[in-house]
Amino acid sequence: MNGMTLAVAAAVCAGTVLTRFLPFWLLPANKPLPAWAAYLARVLPPAVMGLLVVYCLKDVSFAAAPFGLPELACMALAAALYAWKRNMLLSIALPTAAYMAVLYLL
Amino acid sequence: MDWKTLRAAFPRTVPVLMGYLFLGAAYGVLMASAGYPAALAVGMSAAVYAGSMQFAAVPLLAGADPLGAFALTLLVNVRHIFYGVAMLGKYRGAGSWRPYLIFALTDETFAVNSAGQVPPGLDAGRFYGAVSLLNQSYWVLATALGCALGAAARFDTRGISFVMTALFVSIFTGQWLDSPEHRPALAGLGAAAVCLALFGPDSFMLPAMGLIVALLLAMRPWLEGSGGTEKPAAGPLPAGNRPDDPGEEACP
Repeated sequence: MNGMTLAVAAAVCAGTVLTRFLPFWLLPANKPLPAWAAYLARVLPPAVMGLLVVYCLKDVSFAAAPFGLPELACMALAAALYAWKRNMLLSIALPTAAYMAVLYLL
Repeated sequence: MDWKTLRAAFPRTVPVLMGYLFLGAAYGVLMASAGYPAALAVGMSAAVYAGSMQFAAVPLLAGADPLGAFALTLLVNVRHIFYGVAMLGKYRGAGSWRPYLIFALTDETFAVNSAGQVPPGLDAGRFYGAVSLLNQSYWVLATALGCALGAAARFDTRGISFVMTALFVSIFTGQWLDSPEHRPALAGLGAAAVCLALFGPDSFMLPAMGLIVALLLAMRPWLEGSGGTEKPAAGPLPAGNRPDDPGEEACP
């Protein structure tokens, strides 16, 4: 662990604290959010989750065997399990175990 | 903090306990397998305390881009603004507990404190504080437990980082199913994929974030006019981000 790691950790901490305190700093009189801010805060979460899904795949090579198939199959499993049971524990534990098993066997 | 308040708050936090134990431990195992000291993992759970972002930050901690990490944090945690707006009134009279209540306002703590009434005879600020403190203690303890597990693991831990992928796919799926409006999610996926292809894995995040915000702002006339973006009962929260069941979405 070096100084840069701590700088990144501090940046993540500062960003999180900022998003949590911002409404309490900016809206002291129970005023509603400005329309553009309310709009962004509503449509950004699903878009950012899409970004994070792609981010998890950034180092996967789709041009060489196994062509990202283990990742895509286990992601499909996670999505299907979550849609079926709506249970985060299940949809994380099972696909991760399956993925580790595939890596071990390949 | 007194025992009476803690005893009254504990039953409300049990569903959160289950979720946080699992995900917090998964985070600790992930950090340990990535080679970080336990102090950093536990420190992140104590000082950041934001599940999705803590997972997303695991690869970032090895890099050298605090500014990019800061930008991603703002985007991932933008939903906190809704929680803050919704809790403005309840947390106003919380006295000396107020700064901590705001700091510890995770999805699950929001779900518990926004829905429940303060038991009669108890101080509101202190009761909300007890709920927040219990929830964070589960998260921090689970992280430490996960670090110990990860360090002691004698099995092959290759692929354990898939917990992060599975977490984000699960949240993405939940948001997709809860909202009739899929264009923001598709814009996020598409913009990220295009930027990854253009800029490569090491430098696509900043352009992708910029493109996503620009796209969403450009799409505003269509997305705000479509009317189907929000469920009637959604209140101040975006559809798909309403933690009505704290045991279901188990990520702070």
